[in-house]
This record gives sequence, C-alpha cells and structure tokens, in this order.
Amino acid sequence: MKIGVLSIQGAISEHFKLLTMCGVEAVPVKNTQNLAAVNGLIIPGGESTTIGKLIEVAGLSMPIKERTKNNTLALFGTCAGMVLMAKEVLDGIDNQPILGLMNTRVKRNAFGRQRESFETSFEFKGIEGSLSGVFIRAPLIEEAGEEVEILSKLNEGIIAARQGNLLATSFHPELTEDHRIHHYFVKMCENISCRLC
Amino acid sequence: MKEQGTFRVKKGMAQMQKGGVIMDVTTVEQAQIAEKAGAVAVMALERVPADIRAAGGVARMADPVMIKTIMDTVTIPVMAKVRIGHFTEAQILEEIGVDYIDESEVLTPADEQYHINKHKFKVPFVCGARDLGEALRRISEGAAMIRTKGEPGTGNVVEAVRHMRKVMDQIRQVAGKSEDELVVMAKELGVSIEQLKEVKKEGRLPVVNFAAGGIASPADAALMMQLGSDGIFVGSGIFKAAKPQKVAEAIVKATMNYEDPKVLLEVSQGLGEAMPGLEMSTLTEADRMQERGI
Repeated sequence: MKIGVLSIQGAISEHFKLLTMCGVEAVPVKNTQNLAAVNGLIIPGGESTTIGKLIEVAGLSMPIKERTKNNTLALFGTCAGMVLMAKEVLDGIDNQPILGLMNTRVKRNAFGRQRESFETSFEFKGIEGSLSGVFIRAPLIEEAGEEVEILSKLNEGIIAARQGNLLATSFHPELTEDHRIHHYFVKMCENISCRLC
Repeated sequence: MKEQGTFRVKKGMAQMQKGGVIMDVTTVEQAQIAEKAGAVAVMALERVPADIRAAGGVARMADPVMIKTIMDTVTIPVMAKVRIGHFTEAQILEEIGVDYIDESEVLTPADEQYHINKHKFKVPFVCGARDLGEALRRISEGAAMIRTKGEPGTGNVVEAVRHMRKVMDQIRQVAGKSEDELVVMAKELGVSIEQLKEVKKEGRLPVVNFAAGGIASPADAALMMQLGSDGIFVGSGIFKAAKPQKVAEAIVKATMNYEDPKVLLEVSQGLGEAMPGLEMSTLTEADRMQERGI
C-alpha cells in the first residue's frame, strides 16, 4: 500500500516524516500518474488559494473527486486541505478553486491572523489520550452535515471530522512528532482498494 | 491552554509557505494580481527595491494605512519590512497584525550593531543571510525563517546564487565534521556549537530557507529551487516587468515544477520584456545592500 502526499506547495516533507514513522511507503503526488498509484492522499497545510489553483493546473482535481466518490481513494487534509475538501468556504477569494467533497462549511482564518496562531492539546475520538496540534491561521468547520462524524472540538468549534473515506483537521499534526492521526489515516487507507496500486 | 507565539508556531507559519512564491506589492491592485496568480503571501511595500535604489535617501517602514489596506484586500498572509534593529517599527507592525515581519537590508539600517531581539515578538520574523554564520546568528536572535540576501532591486540573480551555494556548501561541511572540529567552526562562524550540532543532525538549516534578492524570471526561480531553496521571494521582478500578471503566474508554476524542463519551457515563453536589471560591477560599495546587518 502506498500513500501519496500532494507535493504542490506547503508542509510536504513534514507529512513524509510522520508517514515514515507509521511504517508505510509514502510517495510524492504531482501529477495524474503519481495519483493513480496511491490508496490514500494527504493534502498538506499551505495556502489553500495557491494549492487549489495548482491542483487544477496539474489536472488532479477531477481524478481526486472521482476516486474519492467511488471509494478508490482516501483523502486526508490538514488546514488548507480541510478548506479545499469543504463543500462551502467562507472568507475565501472570488471563485476560489476547491474540491468540494465534504458536507462541511469551513471558515478560513477562523482564529484570526498569524499573531493569534497557537498550539494546544485536545481529545480526538478514536485515539486514546490527549493530542497536541499547531493551529496556523487555522480554519474551522462551522457547520457539518449528518453524514459527517465530528472527531474533535475546541471550545465548540469543530477542528477534526470524518466523512467515510475523507478526513480533515484544522490543525497541523505534521508540525509535531505525534503520528497517531497519521496512523488513523493509514487504517482508513487499508480499506481502500484501487486498480493500479 | 492555548500557547501563542511559540517558536514552533512562528516557524510553522514559514513551513506552510514552502514551495511557494512571496511577491512584493505596492498597491491593492498588485496585491490582487499576486493572490490571483497563486502567491502564498505578499510583502506590502511603498516602493519595490529597484525604486528604493533609484530614489536614494532613507528608506523606512511603509505607511501603516497602506499595509492595512492590503491586509483588508487579500486573504493570503501579508508581510511587511522594518529597518534592521528598529524594534519600534516592528512593534507597530505587530500591532497592525501583519503575519510576518522582514527585518530587511532593503531598508536603511537603524542600528549598526544590534538586530531586533525577535524572541520578544509573537509575530514571526524573516531575515536575510549570505552564509551559514549569518543565518544561524539571525536564528539565535529569534528569526523563524531565513532568506538569501542576494542583491535586491537588481533583477540579477548572481548574488542570490552565491549566497544559496555558500549556505548549502557550509551545511555539507558541517555534516562531514567531527564534534571537535565543529567547536572550531562554531568559533569561526560566531555561532553556538549546539546550533551546528542541530544542523549536522538535520542536514539543513533549522528553519525554512527561501531565496531572495534578484530573482526576475521563472528560470531564476527554478534555478534557486534546484540549488536547495525552500521557496522564492520576488521583489521588483514582477511589477517592473511588462506583463506582471503573466510573469507572476509563470514564476508560481516554475517554482512548483522546478525540476520539469517541459513546464519551465512552456511558462518561459511570451512573457514580454523583463525588468532591465543591473550588472554587479556597476554598483559602488555604498550601493550594495547585502553588506548591511551581518
């Protein structure tokens, strides 16, 4: 089984490090050929406007949408990834390109600017003990549909959620040494079988 | 409990910018063009470095109103510059709420001996460096991101190349040295042995390292990425070009696909006239911004 890290822009090497700690083979995904060979894909933190635009330029938008819908690809988005996976984005730019896969409404920069960025610890459904995460100009899920399972909250704001083969966090586990959420995603990918991988 | 302004939070912000292009902008319209082109952040300035160079005189922090207007316009992070050592300008920028402060040699230095104590701020700082010693000294003062100095406002990449190669070469030297040898090297570079041990362990600078100072074309950006940059700052190169929007988009694509000559060829075509640029030998000692704040 291979897990890809969308290697367009953002904290890419950090995700590789944690996937390696989980003992899985991690590969960079820059184009459709790379994408075809993975069971799961991580969309890293970065700038959602930049990554969204370049996903389309690279022709990755359609295959990601199709494969997640027919359950041949699991997807994990952190921060910018959570924004791109949402059906609706608040405080984005006009015509911001998104994937629109999860039944969520996400507010960008929900905690404020960089000055207000922080780290903290919290509980996460399905993982024992508390987790710590880094929130960098982080988004929040403001509203989630019935099919969305809420995995973690911070002061009533939703900071992690899952919808079938889709996982999103508003914080960056990749800025810590804790690979438990990555392990959670690896387990999700084990249920995915794709034709070429 | 929420902990704000930790080094991990400050450094993490720069990690989110990796593989991206940060563009100098002087107006709301330019900021919008940059955001649309896929910039990961904009640097709000009253003048781009080429114009600062041409204007002469003392270059200071930009007007807060102008910075604020740009912050209100774009959704991507906004950076702004302060003079080297001018911690009051930095306090003002932190109060406005800019996302990153560039303690920059492009502006006229305010202190010839001390840089800003950047640990005191919640907002992260980026600083310029020409070699490993400068980079690690800035990091020990609290810089959460490093960029090459290059020679700003020249549209000539040669100095940025020199600085990136120097840093990379010194990192390789550190990797090959024993601990005893690192003690001597630490003395020579004016840095701590702990910092060199960390560089040896990670095989890289402890923070993100971008290229800046003279990058004017998609090929320049890809060159710097292939030399090991984590991302790109473009100053005068975009809005001094004939077709800014096209050049901006081309540099973003080149930075992402820096190892793919096919894409580089495609994006390098039809860009119109680039910024004119300056040959280094035409600069006098006083014209060289890179000697400021070492």
